[in-house]
Formats: sequence, structure tokens, C-alpha cells
Amino acid sequence: MALIKVHGHHFSTATCMVLCCLNEKQVEYDFVLVDLPTGAHKKPQYLALNPFGVVPTVQDEDLTLFESRAIVKYLAKKFKGQGTELLGNTLAEQALVEQWCQVEGQSFYPPASTILFQTVLFPLRGGTTDEAVVEINIGKLNRVLDIYEERLSKSKYLAGDFFSLADLQHLPWTQYLVTACKKGDLISSRKHVSAWWEDISSRPAWKKVAEKMPK
Amino acid sequence: MAKIKVHGLPFSSCTARVLACLNEKQVEYELIPVNARAGDHKKPQYLSLNPFGLFPALEDGCLTLFESRAIIKYLAKKYEGQGCPNLLGSTVEEEAVVEQWCEVESHHFNPPCYALVSQIIINPLKGGTTDEAVVESNAEKLSRVLDVYEDRLSKSKYLAGDWFSLADLQHMPFLHYLVNDVGKATLISSRKHVNAWWEDISSRPAWKKIAVHMKFPSK
Repeated sequence: MALIKVHGHHFSTATCMVLCCLNEKQVEYDFVLVDLPTGAHKKPQYLALNPFGVVPTVQDEDLTLFESRAIVKYLAKKFKGQGTELLGNTLAEQALVEQWCQVEGQSFYPPASTILFQTVLFPLRGGTTDEAVVEINIGKLNRVLDIYEERLSKSKYLAGDFFSLADLQHLPWTQYLVTACKKGDLISSRKHVSAWWEDISSRPAWKKVAEKMPK
Repeated sequence: MAKIKVHGLPFSSCTARVLACLNEKQVEYELIPVNARAGDHKKPQYLSLNPFGLFPALEDGCLTLFESRAIIKYLAKKYEGQGCPNLLGSTVEEEAVVEQWCEVESHHFNPPCYALVSQIIINPLKGGTTDEAVVESNAEKLSRVLDVYEDRLSKSKYLAGDWFSLADLQHMPFLHYLVNDVGKATLISSRKHVNAWWEDISSRPAWKKIAVHMKFPSK
């Protein structure tokens, strides 16, 4: 049986999410570098795999999948029974995992990605940081993290007392917030969020991915 | 057994998404309107259901859930044996493709749609103005996304395959607004397969019951 192929880039948060999940599930894979700086993701060969021209895309035998949050869910289901269980056991637990996965996608990721773009990526391309936009998004992220602080004061992980996809989905963005964006105080100023971050970021499956990300 | 309770408003896209799913699964429910004008969604009673102060929140016995896209997945699983079958797909691979197009809705389709509705409907309702530059750039983004959909739907009757799934359902509230409320119907009608898909899914009885209530309040 052919190894799962991951087309992506080690610096891409979405790629990192998928690689972390593969590590948690103890699944071997082939990594195929998509050379983002040269625009490889916008060329016909890659667009044939992912018509939205973003990374990552995963190939598993006849199945080609894009959207990292869909990919990690697929992996968590397909490899149920090996590695870390990531989805919850009961219908109610699975619903809570899904709920906090959606919170990541709808409320955490938008301000986090804007802060990363403004403070790191845009300047790298010769642009100037718009401090007003950064300020607005730090405000949004602060409000979201206040809710996380409350949640994590009652629950070791987001969905309950078990590490799940909901926590995993937060790893790449939080890694960049704390390192390249130099916004670690957003995390460290909150006792329970900080403890949660220390816990999930020290997982071996994540550390292997994080060591290849720029600081 | 107590009925499922949905706290929200019928013209809220996310509430409509959940109600459409309940209808598709033929599940009875009680809709509890939240007085947004009075700011009730930001008060402690509602925040105890949804700490983000957004619509909707669902109560099912002891379980309280928020995030419409999570709620509809829960309902589709819980009521797998009744109503519209296969909303999630019936194999791991089918489920993955449904999930993929659900995520496409979330991250490629929803953001520009939300921006258009905010600028064209919500801002004026709150006494603000429409920023035409923002409207133009988001209409352009949405156009590019819909080009991908046109290609997909030229090969597949619905987004995930030849069956109606949560991936199609997730799109319906904002598709409704695009076609009916923000004056961007040509984005849909100018694309043969996207248009045929919209005609098909919007004629589903479960949706039509919701659509009649999707009217924004006047100022």
C-alpha cells in the first residue's frame, strides 16, 4: 500500500496541522515540498490537486483531499485504534470536539492569521505593518482568549479532559504567535491558557513539527 | 423527552443553517427568539449558553452546543436513521469529501459572503454606510471561489458527490442572501452549474420552510 503523500511546506500552519496529526496517529507519510516562494501552488500541476491553490493537499490511494481541518478529521477517523484518539468517544464528546474545532476556525484563526500576516509575512515581502489592524486583531484575540481562560479553568483541554483535534488545531497558529509574532504575552498572561499551551506544545508529535518552523 | 431548543433568530444565517438541518432530519424543536435589539445575546443568561454571544445555541437535554457547523454535524449523526439519509456520507472517504467541502464553505465561501452582507445590509441597518471598495473586492473574491464551484459542479451533482449532504446545506443561508438580499444574484445565475445546483437545493421543502422567515428587520 502506498504511503500517504502530503503536498505542503514546513512553514505553512495548515501543513503543520496535518503533519502533527499524522505524528499523533503514528502514520508514516511521504512529504512532497510545494515551493511556495516560486508560486508552485498556483501552477496547473498543483491546481489539479487543489483548485484553491493553497497548501496542504493529501493523497491517500485514490482519495485526494484539501482543507487541513478536513484532512485531520479524516486521518483521525481512518486511523482510529492507533496512536492518540483525537475525536472523543461518545456522541456528546464528539460534538464538543467539533464545537471547539469550529471555534478555532471561526474565532481564533482569523485574528491570529491577520496578526501573523501583518507582523511577519507582509514585511518579509517588503510591505509595512499596519499597526491599527494589528491592534484591532489583538483586541479580538484577547476577547477570544478570555473565553478560553474561563473554559480551561474548568476543563484540562478544550473539549474535556482529553487531548483532541480541537487542541491540535490551535498548535500551529499559537506557535507563531508566541515565536515569530512575539505576542507570547497573550498566552503567558492567562494562567490556564498558559498551562494548556505548555502541555500541548510539549507533546512529542508537535515538537517534531515545530522544530522545522521558523522562529 | 424534552424537545431540542434552538436559541437564535430565524433571519440569522447560522440559526437558519441549524433549522434547515433539523427539518431535513425531521426533528421537532422549539425556537426561542433572542432579543438582539435589546442586547440579550450579550447578557449573562445567553452567554451561559454561548460564551461568544453569537447565534445560535442548542440545548438537547444536558448537552449545550454552539457553532452552527458543529451543531448540524451532531444532529446528522444523532438522527442518522431518520429524515434525509447520508448527510455526512456513508464511508470514511465520503465523509472526508463532505468535510472538505464544509471547510471550503467555512474558509473560502463564507468570508466574502459575510463581508458583502455586512456592508450592504447590516451597516445601513445600524446607521452606517456601505464601503463600495470592500463590496467590490469581496465580490471579486467570491467570483473566483464560484469559478471553482462551477468546475466542480460540472462533474458532480452536489458538492461532495451525487448526493445532497451537509456540505450543500451549509451554503444555503448565505446563498439565499446573495440571491435575494444583496443584489448579487448574477454571481449565481451567470454560472450554469452553480445556478442549477442552487435551484435544486433551494427547492427542497426543508429549506423552503426556513427561507420564508429569512427577512432582515427594517431599521
